[in-house]
Amino acid sequence: MSTTTIAGQEIEVNEDGFMLNPDQWSPEIAAELAREAGIDPLTDKHWQVIDFCRRDAADKGEAPGVRRITKNAGVSMKEMYQLFPKGPGILSSKISGLTKPKGCI
Amino acid sequence: MTDNGNGNGETPRKVAIICSKGSLDMAYPGLILANAARMMGIDAVLFFTFWGMDVIHDKRVDKLHTGIVGNPATHMPAMVAGLPGMEGLATKMMKKKIDELDIPTVREMIEILDDAGAEIYGCQMAAEMMDIDKKDLLPQVKDIITAMDFFDKSEGAQTIFI
Repeated sequence: MSTTTIAGQEIEVNEDGFMLNPDQWSPEIAAELAREAGIDPLTDKHWQVIDFCRRDAADKGEAPGVRRITKNAGVSMKEMYQLFPKGPGILSSKISGLTKPKGCI
Repeated sequence: MTDNGNGNGETPRKVAIICSKGSLDMAYPGLILANAARMMGIDAVLFFTFWGMDVIHDKRVDKLHTGIVGNPATHMPAMVAGLPGMEGLATKMMKKKIDELDIPTVREMIEILDDAGAEIYGCQMAAEMMDIDKKDLLPQVKDIITAMDFFDKSEGAQTIFI
């Protein structure tokens, strides 16, 4: 565990840069994490995914996998790869201030 | 090279998976690994050969069976595993579990991989041996290629044989 500064805030992150405390997250942090992953700006579709991920994680206690997102957030598998070309399975949760999803799909 | 969002930022990672088995239980490992790779932003190439051709065969993909004879991990005496109907039963049980866990069917997995940008190929020699034509295969199969083509497409990739 270490801390880093994202969008002017001290944030706790793990060795892969995933936030450890979802309560420290803010939309500004999401925008900066997205920029680091080459996504700029975050579109409404991105926010649709992020909002679902945060709601679902608050409810289930873990970040949803890509399949769960495509089944529930109104975004297709193809769109997920257009929105997060460098890896929807890690970037959806990373930008949402969550840890890496535990499932394989 | 640009950062692939996962590695040390030097070269994009790539995985090549050779799928040589045609049973339900052996179809999944390659598909799940390729999908996991794509979810992490790693490029994935799948090469289906020999019995693996059934996995990308339009008329066979939904009828894959769980192999139990000669498999000690079923924890079943070999003689019992060989009884008529046992393989069908094992297949049914596995499909039920797959469904309960919301794991996509093999056909769906192939569709997901295609949407995810994975490249799926069939083996030319296996196709010839089994009288399989490109039109017999799932539409997500990009092409039927030779072993030498496979090496071109898998250059620099981590390679997994299943």
